[in-house]
Amino acid sequence: MDTFASSTPSSSRELIDSVVIRFAGDSGDGMQLTGSQFADSTALMGNDLSTLPDFPAEIRAPAGTTFGVSGFQVHFAGHDIKTPGDAPDVLVAMNPAALRVNLRDLKVGGLLVCNSGAFTAGNLKKAGYDKSPLDDGSLDAYRLLKLDVSKLTLQAVEPYQLGTKESLRAKNMWTLGLMMWMFGRERESTVEWLRQKFAKHPHVADANVAALNAGHIYGETAEMPSGIGCYQVPKAKLAPGVYRNVTGNEATSWGLLAGGKLAGIELVLGSYPITPASTILHTLSNLRAYGVTTFQAEDEIAAICAAIGASYAGALGMTSTSGPGLALKAEALGLAVATELPLIVVDVQRGGPSTGLPTKTEQSDLLQALNGRNGDCPLAVIAACTPGDCFDMAIEAVRLATKYMTPVLLLTDGFLANSAEPWKIPDITTLKPFPVQYRRQPEGFHPFVRDPQTLARAWAVPGTPGLEHRIGGIEKAYDSGNISYDPDNHHKMTKVRAAKIAGIADDIPLQKVEQGEDSGDLVVVGWGSTYGAIAQAVMGARRSGLKVSHLHIRYMNPMPRNLGELLRGFKQVSVPEMNNGMLVKVLRAEYLVDAQGFNKISGQPFKIAEIEAEIHRMLGVQLPV
Amino acid sequence: MTPLDPPSTPLTRKDFTSDQEVRWCPGCGDYAILAAVQRMLPELGVRKENTVFVSGIGCSSRFPYYMNTYGFHTIHGRAPAVATGVKLANPDLDVWMITGDGDGLSIGGNHMMHLLRRNVNLQLILFNNRIYGLTKGQYSPTSLLGKRSPSTPMGSVDNPVVPAAFALGCGGRFVARAVDTDAKSLIATLKRAHEFQGTGFVEVFQNCPVFNDGAFEHFTARDLAAETQLHLEHGKPMRFGKDNTKGLRLRPGKLELEVVTLGEYGVTEADILVHDEHNHTTAFLLANLEPPVFPVALGVLFNSATPGPSFDHGMHEQNRQARAKGPGDLNALMRKGHTWLVEPEAT
Repeated sequence: MDTFASSTPSSSRELIDSVVIRFAGDSGDGMQLTGSQFADSTALMGNDLSTLPDFPAEIRAPAGTTFGVSGFQVHFAGHDIKTPGDAPDVLVAMNPAALRVNLRDLKVGGLLVCNSGAFTAGNLKKAGYDKSPLDDGSLDAYRLLKLDVSKLTLQAVEPYQLGTKESLRAKNMWTLGLMMWMFGRERESTVEWLRQKFAKHPHVADANVAALNAGHIYGETAEMPSGIGCYQVPKAKLAPGVYRNVTGNEATSWGLLAGGKLAGIELVLGSYPITPASTILHTLSNLRAYGVTTFQAEDEIAAICAAIGASYAGALGMTSTSGPGLALKAEALGLAVATELPLIVVDVQRGGPSTGLPTKTEQSDLLQALNGRNGDCPLAVIAACTPGDCFDMAIEAVRLATKYMTPVLLLTDGFLANSAEPWKIPDITTLKPFPVQYRRQPEGFHPFVRDPQTLARAWAVPGTPGLEHRIGGIEKAYDSGNISYDPDNHHKMTKVRAAKIAGIADDIPLQKVEQGEDSGDLVVVGWGSTYGAIAQAVMGARRSGLKVSHLHIRYMNPMPRNLGELLRGFKQVSVPEMNNGMLVKVLRAEYLVDAQGFNKISGQPFKIAEIEAEIHRMLGVQLPV
Repeated sequence: MTPLDPPSTPLTRKDFTSDQEVRWCPGCGDYAILAAVQRMLPELGVRKENTVFVSGIGCSSRFPYYMNTYGFHTIHGRAPAVATGVKLANPDLDVWMITGDGDGLSIGGNHMMHLLRRNVNLQLILFNNRIYGLTKGQYSPTSLLGKRSPSTPMGSVDNPVVPAAFALGCGGRFVARAVDTDAKSLIATLKRAHEFQGTGFVEVFQNCPVFNDGAFEHFTARDLAAETQLHLEHGKPMRFGKDNTKGLRLRPGKLELEVVTLGEYGVTEADILVHDEHNHTTAFLLANLEPPVFPVALGVLFNSATPGPSFDHGMHEQNRQARAKGPGDLNALMRKGHTWLVEPEAT
């Protein structure tokens, strides 16, 4: 039974409003684990938080190299926060390479915790240091805490006789223990997690718990250098309810299952592993009891084709991928549009083009999503804006796909996929069902007979007597569904396919203004995961008296009916995007507004400060010093 | 009444024929295949509404439009993947996959390999005319070396793939061959494929009169057929020839087949190899036989004695296991792990 003696009382802790901590080390060092355990504990303690995992594409890059550095940033606060933080207040660098890569981001005067035990001649050389920065004064701008974490860990786990290599693995737990002491985090959840993870090797669990406690005790008992103390961050005000942490990919997976339940339909996922979407395949593969059949296909094309076959046979086909996979799926998407079958495609966007930056975030697939097929080939496109929103938009995707007999492309990105935030767990039983209606009646049937309101064709499923029919990608006659090359018919069919998708605008919410008035000097328009940074930046600007509003679009095609009118009410329109200008082009083309792009294509989310600076620049107002 | 029960009143060929005008070129071997399938289906006692034809792109792949069943004309090379999806959604559907040498072995080769290795329960008919018909005559992966075509005016420098050998190599558990105009054998072979629980692969030698006329004349012509076709029957000796005096045996001391004539060089009936359709090695040897030295092996080359469960069966068995305790409770799932309660603010 693990119990914890009361540690440093909160009365002797400095009260701070929010803090951003970045853990960085070798990609095999367990930084993701350390960070996410810290985040879990933080969430359980009632802070609002946002995380940003940052890992290299290579699975295990050579130890000690700068391209093998893996990081995890947690921003937590006593108030509502929306981003993982612009720059860390605290950097924990487990080796010289981690210091080299991350030091430039640490705030001047920030706290720098370094594992001096890893600052060996060999590691320093690999990281490109001639001499150790720990000793040459180059880190004087920061509050430096030098600890031989390697040695301290070995001491702590010595009684467990694990051998040096295994023992050193517990370094991250020691470090976590120290940071938990420093920021007043509870250890119970991590200890419980360790005991579960190492259930088959209890002495390894014991060793890790010992390391965790040893790091914590070190904080309690050792004399810290001046300027380094311990802190507490009060609980945030969140709406009452039951909460959990959720990542975007988890939320997407559960949202799809919820959608399937609400539609009353079996789901079939055809997917292929691709960073950063693979965990959707993994998660759903473990949840076949929840109404989904999962299939790892031989490639991206087989994945979507199997999903299309499943939809043809009366299930709801889904596929999940990233940018390069979406490119491969283009022809099959065209077939789904031409045969008007329901289909869900989740694109978890990443740095492009081509292989690009698999583990870095970007939102550069918008134009591909809107246009990337041959011919006039419209389909519905929606985009989630926070990890929790992935749940709601996944349900929307199911609703729209089945109601309008169309593929729906749900755009998220690597940041949303892996980032966690506290999420008020919904009650599925309170959500409005949208049951699927198959065609059964042979009277008056042909495969492209349409609902006059939605323009969706009837869904006649193989196995239904009297409705035998053939569909395919060749153009078909409006009146019979048979192959037709008739000129007027092709024009009519092109128009009706476009009208069907455009008509969805009557079935989606009007665009709302997130902050500010619905007209004025400047509106910042975003989509996808820029939500947090834009919201905070606009909040900050408004606090300094600037007249700026925030609009965030979640329905990319069709867009809400009132969007044009809203945009035209502003003198200036700013469109921050993690791409080289895509939504901005669409807004200019559709609404004839002089929208201005603000583009950052670095594989990293926007910093709040960057958007705030752009707001000031567009309004011609000096930034406060 | 399940979809697998026969129809309440027996169906006829007309019931399986759609109202669409057939648009293949006059003299195309596809007409013969269509007629054979339309005649066979009522004899199988299958339900129209339970039957699905899935095709790719090519002349072969126009097939679904002429069948009064469910049909899906998909995209080039991808019919195996679509058909797999159909079986995942509803494993009770009786699926026929139609492809050609181009659709199935150029762009579709990869998907075909995976379908065969997975052993998805459907029938696969590959119309092999050794040419690209629909796009007007370019050479295909089964065209012979040196084939002159619009894209290979100097003759192709590609060696062809042997579809039956490819199917065996991919792990196909049922591999058979037939000639388009030999309705009796074609129907018998297709019925065997239908019976097989898994991927029933049937290659049909099909004549394209416009772009590759007579590609198989050397063994399908009436006056040559007897000497150049070996009709395989499990448990029967591999004999052929006008007087049925020719046969196959293993060359003594080597793992290769040779043609022998009864009565010559001391060859007796006992020397002739008896066809064992369960033998994978024999099947592979048979698949690669070509005139003029050897006859073309037709009928069921391979029918695995241990095919294992079909892919769709395996997947649905897993679904059953996963759902054995009832459908999952999503509300409960989302509340597992670390959760915390935020109380309403004390006023």
